[in-house]
Amino acid sequence: MKIREIRDVLNADVLWGEDLLDREVSYAFGSDLMSDVLAFVKTGTILLTGLVNSQVVRTAEMADVTAILFVRGKVPDEEVIQLAKENSIAILTTKYTLFTTSGILYNYGLRGIEADNI
Amino acid sequence: MGNISYEFPVEKDDFERAGEASSKIKKILRQLGMDSGIIRRVAIGAYEAEMNLVIHSLGGTIRIDIDPKSIIITAEDKGPGIHDINLAMKEGYSTATEKIREMGFGAGMGLPNMKRCSDIFEIQSIVGKGTKIVMKMNLKDGD
Ligand SMILES: Nc1ncnc2c1ncn2[C@@H]1O[C@H](COP(=O)(O)OP(=O)(O)OP(=O)(O)O)[C@@H](O)[C@H]1O
Ligand SMILES: [Mg+2]
Repeated sequence: MKIREIRDVLNADVLWGEDLLDREVSYAFGSDLMSDVLAFVKTGTILLTGLVNSQVVRTAEMADVTAILFVRGKVPDEEVIQLAKENSIAILTTKYTLFTTSGILYNYGLRGIEADNI
Repeated sequence: MGNISYEFPVEKDDFERAGEASSKIKKILRQLGMDSGIIRRVAIGAYEAEMNLVIHSLGGTIRIDIDPKSIIITAEDKGPGIHDINLAMKEGYSTATEKIREMGFGAGMGLPNMKRCSDIFEIQSIVGKGTKIVMKMNLKDGD
């Protein structure tokens, strides 16, 4: 799914990365626990989270996350947006909660990342 | 390629700069043109180690040594040390405070993640002195 389509179906605002909207993601991962993100995330993932500190972007940088979508209408500080920019990570924000966001994206065909031992 | 080493200081409780050392390490490996898979493993391991220094230690250093066959990340701190290493290595075990959890840490996954990212993982700790973690990632042809 293209970041552009994700923006459209969630009525999301692009906080940074208008030029990156044609990038494709294959998975979404929703979590507020950064070590879980680092443990599970594969490349080609959009991270859904309600946390807006700079460590979210650092985590995304290390895990090669394609885009970050903040849920529940959260908007990070300018310095956090700046950090995303330095690392070419698109960041968006939607008013929907994590559950609703996930449901909408799942309906549009995006899938989660499963633990190997489920 | 000759041997390359860098060392970065990491301050306790410095959440503003936390992650900078790992970010620099990632950029160094990119500049060397290494494979994205190995870069990712090293970056994740280094970042988990760096965050542990910020959150749990009194401060220390993160070091990277690159030779033609491997990349070694060493995290060393000046205390307080870990009482029970086996317990600390368990997925889900964490002593992180509520405040740290609100920042997105404290899942108790950092040390297991470091182990998963490395080919050889060593941890030594002396209570009252400090903790030393060594992660070795072997390089294959094409990395
Ligand atoms: N450098 C260190 N110095 C002292 N104690 C440490 C150090 N690193 C880890 N620990 C101890 O080991 C526990 C487990 O560490 P681990 O990184 O696995 O989880 P965490 O840091 O608590 O949570 P997460 O990494 O998932 O955010 C920590 O909660 C802490 O008690
Ligand atoms: Mg940790």
